[in-house]
Amino acid sequence: MQLTNRSEIVVNKKMTFMERLYLPAILSGLMITVKHLFKKRATIKYPEETRPVAAVYRGWHVLKRDEQGRENCTACGLCAVACPAEAITMTAAERKKGEEHLYREEKYAEVYEINMLRCIFCGLCEEACPKEAIFLTDRMVPSNYDRGGFIFGKDKLVEGTSPDTRIDISKRTNAHRKP
Amino acid sequence: MEFIIVKFVLVVIVFLVSLGVAAYSTYAERKIAAFLQDRVGPDRAGPFGLLQPIADGVKMFMKEEIIPTNADKGLFILGPSIMMMTATMTGVVIPWGNSLFINGTEYPVQITDVNIGILYIFGVVSIGVYGIMIGGWASNNKYSLMGAIRASSQMISYELAMGMSIIALVMTTGTLSIREIVEQQQGFHWNVFAQPLGFLLFIVCAFAECNRTPFDLPECETELVGGYHTEYSSMKLGFYLFAEYINMFISAAIISSLYFGGYNFPFIDQLGLSHNMLTLLGTLIFFGKIFFFIFFFMWIRWTIPRFRYDQLMHLGWRIMIPLAIFNIFLTAGIVLWKNGQLF
Ligand code: SF4
Ligand code: SF4
Repeated sequence: MQLTNRSEIVVNKKMTFMERLYLPAILSGLMITVKHLFKKRATIKYPEETRPVAAVYRGWHVLKRDEQGRENCTACGLCAVACPAEAITMTAAERKKGEEHLYREEKYAEVYEINMLRCIFCGLCEEACPKEAIFLTDRMVPSNYDRGGFIFGKDKLVEGTSPDTRIDISKRTNAHRKP
Repeated sequence: MEFIIVKFVLVVIVFLVSLGVAAYSTYAERKIAAFLQDRVGPDRAGPFGLLQPIADGVKMFMKEEIIPTNADKGLFILGPSIMMMTATMTGVVIPWGNSLFINGTEYPVQITDVNIGILYIFGVVSIGVYGIMIGGWASNNKYSLMGAIRASSQMISYELAMGMSIIALVMTTGTLSIREIVEQQQGFHWNVFAQPLGFLLFIVCAFAECNRTPFDLPECETELVGGYHTEYSSMKLGFYLFAEYINMFISAAIISSLYFGGYNFPFIDQLGLSHNMLTLLGTLIFFGKIFFFIFFFMWIRWTIPRFRYDQLMHLGWRIMIPLAIFNIFLTAGIVLWKNGQLF
């Protein structure tokens, strides 16, 4: 029975004298390796160059703010429930008087942490969120020297208020829509 | 007095050059390895990573120095020292260039022209085996000892074939002085054309002597942890590895002076340059040949996989040595026939 057309019949033939000399084989090997000296390098020098990623790439999360700069998240905990890796933990707090410009709803996440070592970047938190607060972005999670550095709090997750610190998620949200 | 100063300056220069070339061979090795594998290689320290050897050196010196409690301390330190010493010692008999006329006096660009230069090199190289053996023994670790035994038996076996391939060369040149051998190769009369088989044997043995791939059996992560230098750390390990690179440099120099004309190059007389200029040019060309052979060592390393130990011994004793003996007889026959003493 032949499963592929690439199979070869094994023969136990004696090597000829030329083959036993090995030198022709070594020379042809040398020729093959030296050709690689002039080939294109496959390396991407990471911090300076980045590999182009797909529009729907799921990387480092962002907690969005609305147009007036208020945090969307209402600490409902649905994302944490949806998360299969149990990477999300949060503590909810009540919005005080005078904080209306900071948080959109009466409840907000005082602490919101994602453990990037647990996260499998499945995007289910994004699906679960009723407030359009959490999205995954095309940014890579940077490396770190200790595990504690991979627990991303609100300082790393919430986007800034000024227009240039906003994180663009349009590629992902558009990719979800049917044309 | 002046003689001593000149020799001293030469010794220092040769020493520094060997160290420099060895240091940058480590860099070249990594770069060439990377290029042959379509990678980039070290490029973070300085432009193109040129400061990498310095960074490596600093790292080696700063690392913690560990001498195992049960190791023989004296011998443990002696091992890498012998390696380093023998590696740097061989450079003295190599003619790095012709001669320079300074103020009417002739100074040969060679530290000493002993008339048994080849024997001297063989003598010193065989002391290098002690460095490995002592290092492995003093570590008081059976894996190191086994690695050392392997390494030294490999080196001894290949030294035999190497010596015999040289005998054929000595038969045609009629001298043991390296300078004379180089001078006989004036122009394009390189020995490699007269002794192709001897050259092949010699270069294979040189690979084995330097413990370079495909004969890098002293280092064998899979079988013997790390081979004879398992217990070594920081600069002592650095010396072992560094000595290997110096050895590579010296063997490249020996190969090019014994078989590729040393500082000679074709059409040397047609250039019409002054003697000193020719000497400098010759030295440059000599270094070009050396660098080619260092590149060749690395090229081979990334082409051919490592031997199995029994294959290595088989090749050494049952192929290389008979071939070397055959080469001796062949050369003898040809020499006699040329002199009209045969038939
Ligand atoms: S992407 Fe998936 S694993 Fe990561 S936090 Fe969101 S739900 Fe959890
Ligand atoms: S991110 Fe969305 S799902 Fe998660 S707690 Fe906030 S509002 Fe709820």
